[in-house]
Amino acid sequence: MELILALGIGVLTGSGVWLLLRPRTFQVIIGLSLLSYAVNLFIFSTGGLRTGAAPVLERGAVGHLATHADPVPQALVLTAIVISFATTALFLVVLLAARGLTGTDHVDGREKDR
Amino acid sequence: MSGWMDHLTIVPIIIPLLAGTLMMLIDERRRTLKAALGVASALVLLVLAVVLLLVADGAPSGGGAVRVYRLGDWPSLFGIVLVLDRLAALMLLLTAILGIAALVFSLARWQHAGAHFHSLFQFQLMGLNGAFLTGDLFNLFVFFEIMLAASYGLALHGSGLARVRAGLHYLVINLAASLLFLIGVSMIYGVAGTLNMAELATRIAVVASEDRALLEAGAAILGIAFLIKAGMWPLGFWLPNTYATVSAASVAIISILSKVGVYAVLRLWLLMFGESGGASAGFGGLWLLAGGLLTIAFGSVAVLATQNMARLASASVLVSSGTLLAAAGTGQVAVTGGALFYLTSSVLGIAGFFLLIELVERGRELGADVLAVTREAFGEEVDEDDQVGVPIPAAMAILGASFVACALLLAGLPPLSGFLAKFAMLGPLLSPGGAGVSATTWALLAALILSGLATIVAMTRTGIDVFWASPAAAVPRVRVAELAPVMLLLTLCVALSVQAGPVMRYMEATAQSIHVPHGYVTGVVPTPWPSGTEGDRR
Repeated sequence: MELILALGIGVLTGSGVWLLLRPRTFQVIIGLSLLSYAVNLFIFSTGGLRTGAAPVLERGAVGHLATHADPVPQALVLTAIVISFATTALFLVVLLAARGLTGTDHVDGREKDR
Repeated sequence: MSGWMDHLTIVPIIIPLLAGTLMMLIDERRRTLKAALGVASALVLLVLAVVLLLVADGAPSGGGAVRVYRLGDWPSLFGIVLVLDRLAALMLLLTAILGIAALVFSLARWQHAGAHFHSLFQFQLMGLNGAFLTGDLFNLFVFFEIMLAASYGLALHGSGLARVRAGLHYLVINLAASLLFLIGVSMIYGVAGTLNMAELATRIAVVASEDRALLEAGAAILGIAFLIKAGMWPLGFWLPNTYATVSAASVAIISILSKVGVYAVLRLWLLMFGESGGASAGFGGLWLLAGGLLTIAFGSVAVLATQNMARLASASVLVSSGTLLAAAGTGQVAVTGGALFYLTSSVLGIAGFFLLIELVERGRELGADVLAVTREAFGEEVDEDDQVGVPIPAAMAILGASFVACALLLAGLPPLSGFLAKFAMLGPLLSPGGAGVSATTWALLAALILSGLATIVAMTRTGIDVFWASPAAAVPRVRVAELAPVMLLLTLCVALSVQAGPVMRYMEATAQSIHVPHGYVTGVVPTPWPSGTEGDRR
């Protein structure tokens, strides 16, 4: 479980960083999206990984800190997803504006001289 | 939690939120109504900020108070808190002043340059106020995002090729920084089990030694996110390019965003790794000092190298960020007091300068700066005949005088507050209570003085080019609504110098309370969480 999650985060981060460093705006936005998925998974993992744990309380059981999943990281992930979704949408608009104004999809707004 | 006075703490967030939302509903063509609403909101914020400052300073008793506002009245362990202390109140007041100045400035021209300017402006104020008031790390992230989302809109306000190009970079850098912010926050949560900043301060000392490295790594990643905002070298290359292209009214308020980064560093670093930090106390202080020094050096070179006034102002933002970070990195209470004075003076001075630039450049033809420097370099004679005997128009004289004031402020020359601020930082550095003056202190000393020299050289050169060598083709048409904000900001700087005594007392009390955050911590956490039980969570 830990290994799979760690590998997942690692692969997403690696691809995200690589794409972020590419010169095309579309690659950058995909890179940022992948990075934000990686970060969301990472936030999840800080609550501790458990399989089959109740979200907050077991039915009929008395709540105990050791048995239920930590709800705070879940709340954080939810907020982070909403915010990164909104900012990505905003970035998409700027990306399109830049494409329209500069006529190229290079992040610097002009092609590199060859 | 009774009586309306207790709810004052949250009002600086609520008012711009309501005003901004209301404006979204108003038709875009009814600008007067929107502008009136915006100015009213900004004025209320200003009054509120003054009241909160007096409250935080404990004006009647003179004791100083930390006011904690628990949302939904949850105990701080579960709920979110807003905390008003001296530092937060100071930053609120600065935001409110810049807000009213930039908004009034925008009324003359800039509000017409694009849609939803007034709503964005209110959300910007809301994000800033929230970031200063919050006592919770994740909430800080949320307010950072609100502030940034509004600033993306303001940065692109007026559109145009250069703005979109610079805005794209600004967006990407800040989105990436936000992800770092999240990673840092979640690492800290994973180790300490809390996001409340005051709770965090009580738990740092009792973190198990095998988890300490993880906690410090989390704090360092979080710090990088803040330092990108503050523009520390080598994380601040985005800053000059963005600030130089953003429209004047927007940049006046956006320029405080770099100080939000500095604020967050000051607040969190001193809370977490101050005296209560246990084994981690002072973690990263050298990085701040070294980074600050390098930023000053980079900023000074940038100030000297630039030929464009907007870039000159952006470079001085870097210098001022660097100065603040380096001063914070020394970790001395008295130096921090001076640094806070410097922060106040430089925020007002730089915002005034950004506004002034737009007015001065209005009447000039494109490329006049480059032309002037080329003329200098090649010794080309200017035809002097047609300029003899032309009286300097009043507008130009006022602009020139304001420019001189800005130059004095930014370079830190007497008699204005920039000088007092530098003096307040240098004084304690040189008399560290008997011990000898260390090498880093000398470096900081040299950096402060040399950066002032670089600034005055650059400002003098620019001033000569702009006002004497290549005077404006036409006298810039300046309206009262545009000149008044500049005058307001500069007058405040003069007031800072005249009233330096009381202001400095406030700054020193602030520095004392953030260095020894006992009042802050006990204000938020009445009965500290017993250490040890926290480990059972796992």
